[in-house]
This record gives sequence, structure tokens and C-alpha cells, in this order.
Amino acid sequence: MLKSALAENLWPRPPLWVGAFGAAALALLLAYPFIFTTPFAHHLMILILLYALMAQSWNVVAGLSGQISLGQAIFFGIGAYSSTVLFAKYGITPWAGLMVGMLLSALAAVAIGVPTLRLRGHYFAIATLLIGSSVQIVFQRWDWVGAASGLYVPIERASPWFYLQFHTSKVPYYYLALGAVAAGYFAVWKLRRSRLGFRLQAMRDDPDAAASLGIAIARHKVLAFMISAAMMSVAGTFYAQYVLVLDPERLFSAEISIIVLLMTVLGGSGTLWGPALGAAILVPLSEYSRIWFGGTGRTIDLILYGILILLVCMWRPSGILSLLEERIRRRAEIP
Amino acid sequence: MSRELILQAIISGLLMGLIYALVAVGLTLIFGLMEIVNFAHGEFLMLAMFTAFWFWALAGLDPVVSLPFVVVLLALAGILAHFGIIRRLLKAPMLAQVCGTFGLGIALRAAAQFLWTPDFRTVTNPAIAGRVQIGSIFIGQPQLITGGVCLLSFAALWWFVTRTETGLGLQATAQDRQAAAVMGIPTERMFALGWAIGLGCVGIAGTMLSTFYYIFPDVGTNFALLAFVAVALGGFGSIAGSLLAGLLIGLVESLGGLLLDPSYKTLIVFALYLAVVIFRPQGLFGRF
Repeated sequence: MLKSALAENLWPRPPLWVGAFGAAALALLLAYPFIFTTPFAHHLMILILLYALMAQSWNVVAGLSGQISLGQAIFFGIGAYSSTVLFAKYGITPWAGLMVGMLLSALAAVAIGVPTLRLRGHYFAIATLLIGSSVQIVFQRWDWVGAASGLYVPIERASPWFYLQFHTSKVPYYYLALGAVAAGYFAVWKLRRSRLGFRLQAMRDDPDAAASLGIAIARHKVLAFMISAAMMSVAGTFYAQYVLVLDPERLFSAEISIIVLLMTVLGGSGTLWGPALGAAILVPLSEYSRIWFGGTGRTIDLILYGILILLVCMWRPSGILSLLEERIRRRAEIP
Repeated sequence: MSRELILQAIISGLLMGLIYALVAVGLTLIFGLMEIVNFAHGEFLMLAMFTAFWFWALAGLDPVVSLPFVVVLLALAGILAHFGIIRRLLKAPMLAQVCGTFGLGIALRAAAQFLWTPDFRTVTNPAIAGRVQIGSIFIGQPQLITGGVCLLSFAALWWFVTRTETGLGLQATAQDRQAAAVMGIPTERMFALGWAIGLGCVGIAGTMLSTFYYIFPDVGTNFALLAFVAVALGGFGSIAGSLLAGLLIGLVESLGGLLLDPSYKTLIVFALYLAVVIFRPQGLFGRF
């Protein structure tokens, strides 16, 4: 099936200017910290990359397999707590914590997914919303991990790459985030063209037809959920190392779960680049409104978020990226 | 543990449950009609509470007096939401419907926070205050009257849906949109009516709640979560189901808080949701 799909040229080669644009964008991303040298510019881009990764994680479970998860913050929090607890209590490098976090998140995805992924539509969405809220309550009361006051990542000035802490510059964080996003997006790109990816998309488009073709729906959904959880966990570990403070109120907030969904839908759910586009629009919107409107800007950005996403859902439910794609396709068709 | 304490918890749980039920019935009515989950439901409850609060703070109207005004305003908001937003979202895939109503909720909550700050407010010196003593049990008078109003609203809703022609049209639309349209029922108007009634119920719940509950922009979130649970427990689209489910949730929450740690009371309710949707997906009181 896969070979014939490839032979039929399901992905027509994009026009040359798209490739050129991609190369230019990559060069710009690599050189970014040296073109824009202010800490704020670095911070802004790090946040965009972080959210691009988080949104992509949501996109794997919702965009590819069609299950609307409203509990992604669970895995973000697990990633952050895994690395920090291991480092703060046992002095283990966050690199190992990153792996442990991915593993624990994938296990949590199995524990949550096996009973709930059988549920269809709204039932699953609400279940994940409630489980996310429950996990937050548990972490806020769990004394061993600092309960409601959270944890601090102990400051370590020696060997920054080993301890993943950089106190003099944000540039290493930038390249770490860029690396994580590159790895994540490459994995999803591969996934989309793999046998598993095709099965997931078939399930999303028509679960009954997919089941009749012999696709083990439940197992595949859990697998997609595990991949998504592991990606989210990476973002969580990175975030913990970046801000060095763990606050369960923020880490496990429904806001995080929902913002990654809004970003993906805004950019284009189910597409490879939609999540990144969504993050690139919403993160600056939030950061700049905070600057322009001062302390109260925190809600102005949310008002704009809400209205923007509502308008996109009403008038362009396939996301902003689909506008661009239509353009490219129209251009490609004209000889 | 004394018997009085348990009895006290049961009664206050049931009274709170009536509010959950009234919030949930709006949600279930809208879902039954057009299979859309209103994720902005909690924010509409918040708006209802603030509307009652501002009637009191600016015009000196007690929530008991402003109740009809708030209900009419919320019903109008429902009609506006249907024609302005929901009618378009109905044509979109489910993901866009979820995101759309979520987006609306976020915008409403953020706007409330921007306009009215995140401060906690209360209606001080409401017309109904104090408490009633029955034996050794104390019941807050606002809670008691709120419970009564909720029960009356349910009775009125039940009568409307089952005994009037419009109500039957509503039911027919919920059962089969196309067949209802063929029979000459204006389904579009029924949808709008569903939103008006759904948010009208939220208006009643919010106004009554404002007599004894804190009013702040985030207040709707928890009520909405509990309403989702109530709707799933009662079976999506069932009015009687949401009443029973609301009462059950109030009871479980109150007794759970008493017998276990109070901070875990919502966890018990969420666990109840999971148990029900996994083992009995049609809801506890679902018909099919």
C-alpha cells in the first residue's frame, strides 16, 4: 500500500520557490541569535519554538489520529517534574531526566489512553480535560514534589551542557529548542509517511472503514497518544531547565492544554507546518500585547486569541495554512 | 462521625446539586438539539453572575428582583450566539466546533478579567440571607431558596418541553432534524430557542448563585466541568437525566469532601465520570 502510494506521487514535488523559501527560512533560523541580539528577541523565539513543539505534539494525537485531547499539560508537567526531581533529589543530569520523562509520559499515555481512547468524540475530550485537572490537583497536594509551592531547579554553574543550565546567555537555549523542534518535526514528517501514519489518518477520516480494513484502532490510537505524550514531555523538561522553577498551577494548567490546541487549529490541524505557523502567530501576539498594554495586557492577548480562533473556526476551519497551500497548488497547476 | 453531620452534608450537597443540574440542563438541551458541546457554558454562567452583581451594585436591584432581567438578557445572548456564531460552526468539523466554543469562552473570560479585574466580589446584604434551623441541621436561606427556584425551573422546563406544541417541536428537532423540518417545524428557530432556554437556565442559576457565592471571572470553570460530568452521567440530551445527575454529583461531592479530604472532592466526581463513560457510555439514566 505504502509503495504504491509513493509511486502514485501522493506528494507532488513542491515548486522550486517553496524549496528556496524553506532553505532561506532554515538559514534565517540558524543565524537568528546573531541577527537579533537582544535577550528579548531570543526569549521570543525560544517560546515560539517551544510552543511549536507542544502544538505539534497535540497535532499528532488530534490532527493525525483524530482524538481531541484536552489534557496535554499532563505530559508537559511530567516532563518538567521528571528531570527536576531526578536532578534536585539525586543529582542526575537532566539529559537522563529527559529520557525518563519521555518514558513516564508514554506510560501515562497508556494508562490514560487504554480506557479512554475507546470513547468517541466529546467523551474523550471531556475525559482528558477532567484527568488533566485531576493530575493538577494531585501534584498540588503531593508533598514529596513540593506540593502547591512547586520545586526549584538547583543552580549549577559548572559544565552547563551537562546540567542544561545556561546563566549568561539564552543562545544555547535557543539552539537546544531549535534542535528539539527539528527532531520533533522530522519525526512527525517521517511518521506521516509511514505505515503507522497512513493508518492513523485513515482512522481519523473514517474509523469504521479503517476498522473493516483490519486496522487495530485502539492500539494505534494509544500508540499515537504515546508519541504525542513523549514529545510534550521533551517540551516540559526544556521548559523546566529554561525557567528553573516548577509551579504546578502553571505546568498542569488547562490553559496550556488549550493553547496548544488553539495554535494547531489556527495554523492548520493535521498539517505538518500548521502548528509552527500557529505558534509563530500567537506567541508574538501574546508577548507584544503584554509589552504594549502593560500588566493588563495579559488578558488582552487572551481576548485576541479567543476572537481569532473563533473567527478561524467559523470561516476557515482547516486553518490559515490551507490558504497558503491553496495558493501554491493553484500556482503549480498553471503551466 | 455524627448523624447530624452526615445529614447536613447530604442536604447541602443536594442543594448545590440542583444548581449543577440547572447549569447542566442547558448544556444537555443544546447538545441534544444540535450535537454541539458548548465549551463556553461556564463563561455564560460567569456573565450571568456578573450581570446580577452589576444590577445590584449600580442599580441597587437585589438578585431576587433582577432575576427576570438577567434571564432575558442571557436568553438574548443565547439567540445572538446561535445566529452569530453557532449557525456557522454547525457546518464545520467537530474539532472546529470544540475550538470555536472554547475560543468564545476564553475571549469572554479574558474580557471579564480585563473589564472587571480578577477580584472576588460578593453581593452584600442580599434580600435573602440568614439560615433556617431544622432540628440540629442548619440550612442557609439563600441555598434553600435557590434550590426551590431550581426545582421550579425544572418543573417549568419539563412542562414546556412535554406539554406545549413548541416544546414538542423542540423534541422532534432533537430526534430527527430533517424529519422535523419535513413536518413543518422551523428547525432553525428551534435551535435558537434551545440556546435561549439553555442560557436562560444558566441565567437563573447564575443569579441565584450570586446571592451566596463569590463572583469572579474564573468562577464558571469549575461549574462547567461539573456540568460536563452531569451531562455525561445523565445521558447527553436528557432533561430528567441531568437533574438526577446534578443531584448525584452534589451528593458525591459533599459526602466525599466530608468522608475523605475536602481537597479531593472534585477528584471523586471526575472519577465518577470516567467510570460512567467507560462502563456505561449511554449515561446512568440514558434510554438506549
